[in-house]
Amino acid sequence: MPFVTPDTMQGPYDVIVVGSGAGGGQSAYTLSMEGARVLMLEAGRRYVPETETPMFQTPEQAPLLGEGTPDKPFGFYDATVDGGWQVPGEPYVSDAPAPQGFAWWRARMLGGRTNHWGRISLRNGPYDFKPYTRDGLGFDWPIGYEDVAPYYDKVEMLIGVYGSNEGLENTPDSPAGILLPPPSRLVSDYMIQRHANALGIPTIPAHRAVVTAKLDADTIPARLHPGNPAAQRILAAAMRERGACLWATACGRGCSVRANYQSVTVHLPPALATGRLDIGTDAMVHEVTLGADGKARGVSFVDKRTGRQHTVRARAVILAASACESARILLNSKSAQFPDGLANSSGLVGRYLMDTVGSSVEGQIPALEALPPLNEDGADGHALYMPWWLYGDQKAGRLPFARGYHVELGSGRRLPGFGTAASMQWLTPGGYGVKLKQDLRRYYGSLVSFDGRGEMIPNERSYCEIDPKAKDRWGIPVLRFHWDWSDHERLQAVHMQRSFAQIIEAMGGRLRAPIETDGAKAISQGGSIIHEVGGAIMGADATRSVTNAWGQTWDVPNLFVADGAVFASNADKNPTLTIMALAWRTADHLLERMRRKEL
Amino acid sequence: MDRRTTLKWLIAARVAWPLRGYAGVASVPAPAAGYGSDPDLLASYARGQLWPLTMTARQRELAAVLSDVIIPADERSPSASAVGVVSFIDEWVSAPYPEQRQDRALILDGLAAIDARSLRVLGRSFDLISATERQGLCDPICDPALAVPADAEGARFFARYRELTAGAFYSTPEGRRDLNYIGNVPRTSFPPPPPELLRRLGLE
Repeated sequence: MPFVTPDTMQGPYDVIVVGSGAGGGQSAYTLSMEGARVLMLEAGRRYVPETETPMFQTPEQAPLLGEGTPDKPFGFYDATVDGGWQVPGEPYVSDAPAPQGFAWWRARMLGGRTNHWGRISLRNGPYDFKPYTRDGLGFDWPIGYEDVAPYYDKVEMLIGVYGSNEGLENTPDSPAGILLPPPSRLVSDYMIQRHANALGIPTIPAHRAVVTAKLDADTIPARLHPGNPAAQRILAAAMRERGACLWATACGRGCSVRANYQSVTVHLPPALATGRLDIGTDAMVHEVTLGADGKARGVSFVDKRTGRQHTVRARAVILAASACESARILLNSKSAQFPDGLANSSGLVGRYLMDTVGSSVEGQIPALEALPPLNEDGADGHALYMPWWLYGDQKAGRLPFARGYHVELGSGRRLPGFGTAASMQWLTPGGYGVKLKQDLRRYYGSLVSFDGRGEMIPNERSYCEIDPKAKDRWGIPVLRFHWDWSDHERLQAVHMQRSFAQIIEAMGGRLRAPIETDGAKAISQGGSIIHEVGGAIMGADATRSVTNAWGQTWDVPNLFVADGAVFASNADKNPTLTIMALAWRTADHLLERMRRKEL
Repeated sequence: MDRRTTLKWLIAARVAWPLRGYAGVASVPAPAAGYGSDPDLLASYARGQLWPLTMTARQRELAAVLSDVIIPADERSPSASAVGVVSFIDEWVSAPYPEQRQDRALILDGLAAIDARSLRVLGRSFDLISATERQGLCDPICDPALAVPADAEGARFFARYRELTAGAFYSTPEGRRDLNYIGNVPRTSFPPPPPELLRRLGLE
């Protein structure tokens, strides 16, 4: 116990969980804490943040000063292992080159992309589960906010999320006592807040999965695992082992004191401590195997260390390999009964792929120049954000696009690096010599950036399928992506540009570049915000969705999907918190059915 | 200086910009591989540890001079070359990745070209002329937006060289101190900004 190889796996398990990120981590946690025997299979290597995280390393210690390369696209110190926009030996096909086609970020490591994510943890609101009812576009979920709210509560208590309750429209409050205190604002935050509020744009504490104060290990475990003293004991111990934020270093490096949420530092330690979780790493799952009874028997995987093929059995299978990878596994699981891929009688596996709309504007604020030395590392910035504020205008038809966005802020005196001087070059045209040094001292810390993150409406033209020819290094067929935004997204990106310019100008600042009013140019590349969801959407109708309200596939009763693939819409809220809430809900349902001997 | 080198410079001096074809860039093969997708993130890497540095002594000499034109020493911090920027540039232009391979041609040709221009215009190489003379050579190419068309490639070189030099300088402890950066240390709390500062900025 508990890291296993194909030789030491003790099948059949109660449940096999494919993937170890937000969905897989939460599934394995809930199931093992509540009594199920679980095997987690992860395609990447084992990863130990406590000993591998470059917490305080500085740029001059890294090759190329830590700048991104094809080996480490987000920079040398980004936590991602064996991943990025391309993974060696694991190609994918896009129907158009960048910036049009879809870009797919993967990580091959225990904990997946939860190791480097932004930790922004926003709840979907009531509108976000019923978008079709609200404006006639896209799809309603078969569940509402009230179904998921108790699980948002539980996840926030478990992982630790800072934020505040502001009572704003479609921006849910958490019950009192759940959120941790938000970090202090930076000087620039005060200024942005003042001017944005004057423009009617609410600017409130961000919600992020960073532990700003020790978690309450005395009361939370009993609230999360009522009537289960063993689980309470294990969780209390795990919570006490997590450190609080050190107010330094970028969260994207991971966190050796476990102050932010990573599946591998938060979900997996207590799950392993139950003795009921086995984890097999370097296990590339490519097929869910089917029994003669039409039920899933288990999965087939390639052991990447030996190249050998193995199968392992379980009473139920949960796919949480990431939206696209889960769709790929289903599409590659072909049988006489399911010639077009498993659980695909609707033909919708891989369909309705969504990402988040991104667009950004940068500026410089003279009032922030030459401030006295201040340590502004904080909780990796991110003290404040702006939730969508024009629901009323949208409802009244006064905006040319149907869905909203929120705004993430960038400012402050961040750790200088290779890009620092280049980011200010536009302020010192032609500058060199002593004058350049003086100018950079003055401008450093006076830059602001606004990043819009907006909802995309699912469309027929954005999907993935199996490429007829291309295969990965193990011979497994790979995905081919098709992508197109609609005017709803393109016009939303233009609105972002205009809003952000307005804020910068209200602050007395200047724009780095003229804003982009052509939506096709203002919008980010599909997939590049790394919020891809859909591909096995949930619904109330078996002909129009892949899973039911529990993430259970309509076609195969003991096969569940517990990652972003089940999203029927992609609200502007970052998907990770919702993935975890849904995964917990799915696991509860699965446990209940196992207790009733239905699975 | 040997006769062969002198001859090369004299030939080079007949054209200043564009840059193409100066330094025999293509003759140095790309290193086989980078650091891979799972490097040790805790190690401290010396320049040249992961792939060999390939700049000649002469190229490094010119690089040091130009880097210090861009970031000279002043009362607050040392010059670029004094904090290892030349070795960084050597690491950069010797790296196996596509972006760096592209920069290699631009940077090495540019260094040779600026030296050639110095020889042609002033009769002495770039490292032997005065600070004022260097400024005279750099001013026409320091701003791509203002450079005349004949200097466009030179301006592109200078802009990129400035990015590399300044980027590297502010990535060092000396550069961080120069900017008054005082973070990257563990703390037990994160206090709000001083009230008097907020008052001064009208942000209470």
